[in-house]
Amino acid sequence: MATAAVTRAPGRDVAAPALVRMRRPRASLTFYLFLLPSLLLFTLAITLPAIMGITLSFTNSVGFGEFEFTGLTNYVALFSDPAIRASYAFTIGFALVTVVLVNVVAFLLAVGLTAKIRAKIALRAVFVLPMVISGIVIAYVFNFLFSNSLPQLGQAVGITALETSLLANPNLAWVTIVIVTAWQAIPSALLIYIAGILSIPGEVYEAASMDGATAARRLFSITLPLVAGYVVINMVIGFKNYLNAYDIIVGLTNGGPGTATRSIAMTIFSGFTGGDYAYQMANATIFFLIAVVLAVLQLRLTRGRNAF
Amino acid sequence: MTAQTLLTTTPGQVPVRRRRRFGASGDRPSWGATITLVVCSLAVFVPLYATLTMAFKTTAQSVDGRVFSLPSPLSVDGFVQAWNLTNFPRGFAISVFVTAVTVVGTVMLAAFAAYAIARNWDRRLFRWSFFYLLAAMFLPFPVLALSQVKLTGMVGLANPVGVAILHVMFQLSFSVLLFTAFIRGLPEELEESARLDGATTWMVFRHVVFPMMAPMSATVAIFAFLASWNDFMMPSLITANSTLQTLPVLQNIFQTQFSSNYNVAFASYLMAMAPAIIVYLFTQRWVMAGVTQGAIK
Repeated sequence: MATAAVTRAPGRDVAAPALVRMRRPRASLTFYLFLLPSLLLFTLAITLPAIMGITLSFTNSVGFGEFEFTGLTNYVALFSDPAIRASYAFTIGFALVTVVLVNVVAFLLAVGLTAKIRAKIALRAVFVLPMVISGIVIAYVFNFLFSNSLPQLGQAVGITALETSLLANPNLAWVTIVIVTAWQAIPSALLIYIAGILSIPGEVYEAASMDGATAARRLFSITLPLVAGYVVINMVIGFKNYLNAYDIIVGLTNGGPGTATRSIAMTIFSGFTGGDYAYQMANATIFFLIAVVLAVLQLRLTRGRNAF
Repeated sequence: MTAQTLLTTTPGQVPVRRRRRFGASGDRPSWGATITLVVCSLAVFVPLYATLTMAFKTTAQSVDGRVFSLPSPLSVDGFVQAWNLTNFPRGFAISVFVTAVTVVGTVMLAAFAAYAIARNWDRRLFRWSFFYLLAAMFLPFPVLALSQVKLTGMVGLANPVGVAILHVMFQLSFSVLLFTAFIRGLPEELEESARLDGATTWMVFRHVVFPMMAPMSATVAIFAFLASWNDFMMPSLITANSTLQTLPVLQNIFQTQFSSNYNVAFASYLMAMAPAIIVYLFTQRWVMAGVTQGAIK
């Protein structure tokens, strides 16, 4: 796949037929008009706010009225703010646990769903379903189950830890967020693993079977190494997404109990009400830098495979 | 799967390849694996089953503590109350409006831009525009939220229109990426011959290229639909007037004011989820293909 994708790289694609370029010395005006609305709206809706946010992060603005530049004051304060550190620690820890859980489950499901099974198409459709359900709404549903049904189950089975609601337990509330996020995030990772497993030539398995490799051996010696690239893609994309955690947390714990499950996004949004507008802009800028690092990582890791 | 198939297959073809994998004993399907997967699928069904049964209970039955019991008597009272409490018709109309603008806007803007970029890749402006538009894929909303809320407020867009515009902008990168790769896989001969017959660039796009892009437009449209219909973060922060909120945001009233009417809350959740589930049932193949193409491109 990688090689074919590279030969289709646009640079060479267009460079090859020199005739085309000779017949079209200038791009038609229509092409510029096609591009214009996207560039214009994008600049107004994305680039401008980004520049404005970064600029304000060096000020003492409270969101309105006068302000003055204060240099790196906000940034210095951020690094020693226990609330900010706690939100980063929570969010990164949560994202790491979730990414591992999602990938293990999605990989195993993908192996099952590409095996010779009954009702394959229907089962795939079922496992992908959570992807299309609103995060906040399903979080409300799980909220009810965690605070009513799970304690009942805990009492019936006699597990003390489960007898009170997990949502009210400052040490375990994060588990509920991991579960619901994974519930919703497994489908997309699963689909990518299915594509990965289907890209392995069948002959490889046939040869292995003939040599007497067991199913487990085939799984660990063929499937896993050959989909390693997909594991990396899934890990990076997933981690990036989970760092933005917001909807599901609002629906489950709303950052509580106390501030035990406050994500980075939630602390940034507190800049609307807390009077520390510019301070949270600085927080957003740090968060942006982390996103850029992850994006560069993603591009580097997937470069061989990319169409551009 | 080769890049060739990845670039040119219609979505429907992707998931239906069958090949022998782990079935040790010849071509017979493994019942063990099937049963294991069916048991695992309960994890998907349990919350949805709970939503369904709770929604059809009476308020009295919904508070008896037995979440998974079947509704008896079957009651649509929850739906009636949810309909009135959330002002469902209004919320639904606003959700439909935001989603429709997002879907149409995303498909149009991304198709225009991608066609211009793909066919002018040798020109610097177009090439750079591609990477510029792609950059938003790495700019999460929380990073921009504070300034976007302020700016939308300043220009009178702290309403569903502003939400729809932002939804389009956050879908644009992914959609331009998908469309550009797809257009590169289309043969240019058709466009050339149309042009020789005197067609303008606009006519070539309208009558030749855009129709050929239909399968990818379907994928782009479905992802725009799901992202917009299900979003909570942007409407809850951007829309200032709470009577103009979309369905996912309206559900918060059951966390505060009406928190003991479980049947009403679950009926409301069900009405908010149902449109996306129904659309998914009819478009599974494009949904599944879109995820794969988006990640592997």
